[in-house]
Amino acid sequence: MRLEPIATPGPLRLVALPLAALALTLVVAAGLVLAAGAAPLPVFGLIVTGAAGSEFAIVETLTRATPLIFTGLAVAVAFRARLWNIGAEAQLYIGAVTAVVLGTGATGLPAPLLVPLVMLAAMLAGGLTLLGPASLKTRFGVDEVVTTLLLNFIVLLFVSLLLEGPLKDPMALGWPRSEKIEAAAALPRLITGKRLHWGFVIALVSAGLVWFVLARTVFGYEMRAVGHNAQAARFAGIRVERVLLKTALLSGGLAGLAGYSEVAGLKGNLTLDLSPGYGYTGIVVAMLALLNPLGVVVSAVFVAGIFVGADAMSRSAGVPSYIAQVIVATALLSMVAALLFTRYRIRWR
Amino acid sequence: MAAVRIASPLIFATMGELICERAGVLNLGIEGIMTVGAFAGWVTVWLGGGLWLGVGVALLAGMAMGLLHGLLTVPLGLSQHVTGIGITLLATSLTYYTYRLALPQVTSPPKIEAFRPLEIPVLSDIPLLGPALFAQTPLTYLAFACAGLTAFVLWRTNLGVALRAAGENPAAVEAQGLSVTGLRLGAVVVGSGLMAVGGAFLTMSAFNSFFFEMINGRGWVCIALVVFGGWKPGKALIGALLFAAFDAFQVRLQQVTGGVVPYQVFLMLPYALSILALVVMSRRAAAPRALMVPYRAGER
Repeated sequence: MRLEPIATPGPLRLVALPLAALALTLVVAAGLVLAAGAAPLPVFGLIVTGAAGSEFAIVETLTRATPLIFTGLAVAVAFRARLWNIGAEAQLYIGAVTAVVLGTGATGLPAPLLVPLVMLAAMLAGGLTLLGPASLKTRFGVDEVVTTLLLNFIVLLFVSLLLEGPLKDPMALGWPRSEKIEAAAALPRLITGKRLHWGFVIALVSAGLVWFVLARTVFGYEMRAVGHNAQAARFAGIRVERVLLKTALLSGGLAGLAGYSEVAGLKGNLTLDLSPGYGYTGIVVAMLALLNPLGVVVSAVFVAGIFVGADAMSRSAGVPSYIAQVIVATALLSMVAALLFTRYRIRWR
Repeated sequence: MAAVRIASPLIFATMGELICERAGVLNLGIEGIMTVGAFAGWVTVWLGGGLWLGVGVALLAGMAMGLLHGLLTVPLGLSQHVTGIGITLLATSLTYYTYRLALPQVTSPPKIEAFRPLEIPVLSDIPLLGPALFAQTPLTYLAFACAGLTAFVLWRTNLGVALRAAGENPAAVEAQGLSVTGLRLGAVVVGSGLMAVGGAFLTMSAFNSFFFEMINGRGWVCIALVVFGGWKPGKALIGALLFAAFDAFQVRLQQVTGGVVPYQVFLMLPYALSILALVVMSRRAAAPRALMVPYRAGER
């Protein structure tokens, strides 16, 4: 068996294969539902209505999509340059810590100054968190996959330390959580009385900006060149190490914004369960979007919909909500395989 | 001594990862595969199966996950990073889903009758070393045997030579009439089986129960240990023992300083140590030359 490149893939291939991947994902999900002793179609129906069947459901899905757009962008940017940032979770939490440190009355600034200040600081802090592993890679050749993964655990312990020490809310009765940020630092709600907040708008604007940077600037060109072939990029006079470090700052910064927007827009304070793995899910979001920044928005909404829908379904149908994670992981694997077959065909010999 | 016990799951999983990487395939599915193994072994015993049956089921479950990773990364040549993370997400979520199906409302998971220490007569009476090395559970002895076997197979058999060549110079292997695809696929399947047994050690020989997030980054630590050991089983084994000794020491230190230093600082140390080890070793480390390079016959 070997793979043979297809010079010009037909439109049928380009449409049918991703659909086949989606169908395979549904088959796997149906099997899991059957294993739980429920009927697949009604359960799928409940997931869809739970994600998009009412105004409440749609608002909830967009709210959940917000951090995923940021982490998805963070991963897309990094992976474009082949910087394997698996540490968006850590960068998210450092962004959130920064938001709490600056947003709980340390500055005394009015809202028009405080909001951008906290946002930029959270972004910078997230960027610096990735700059560490990235410079270990460029200076010493240390594989960034392992260092960013290990850093996730270190940062989570660090946050736990802060929440039981310096950042602990004295009114929390021993519960590890921070004080609420002040009103001047908070991002307002988009619709009064609903959970959707301005973080969603910032996420959309970020996606547009990242698209512009990647597609229309020299830096974006350099990133893609480094990702395509670092050796060739070096011969072409691109300073590969510098590009990687700048990419790290941007990628980590975007993940930092995820933490910022969750604290400033949604939760108001920092707890250890601020992110149920948004950093890791960002990898799926970015891959499903083929690392395209605008596609990230679509895939983030899709993935968020599955999570929100599965939560709602689980409450009424009793199928464990972990099915959402299985669906998302299966979609990732079947989609990367399907995309391969848009470019190659199998020859059995 | 606790260090030998703490090291045992790491030894299994590190050997598993080492076999995969020696054949040229990075396996980031390790964290999820260990989770599957931990659950499969535990649930088998909980359902009334024997302990060794549990180990066997864990091995098979790990091999199944490895087969998936192998099929996607070897014949299809998909990104080993993305596939590996995907396998970890899939394996972990499938495990949690199955766990919730099996035990819907349980908050504290039931304990099983786990492996008991097997004291080796005479040897276990040696002062100091005896209890540390010869009064462990059977799985610990198996872990050391597994490290020895890995070293033997990789360096003293034709299969091992071919396997390592598949990770260094696959075109040369193909020129010998051997199948790079077959060798790499086999290595990933066997290696993943070992990772799962490492996971099973935690539920069947350490905590005697399964709980969420129990692997807690051990898989990633094992990837660091492979680099630390320079892709050599002996050095990786020593790395695992050193790491475990440090981990045991860290627990002791935590008790001694009691409350003066936040406990999280000590819990961070093993991860920080892994990163430090990577920084120190990465300069000299000689990774297999074709690691992470998909092989397609006829392409160069």
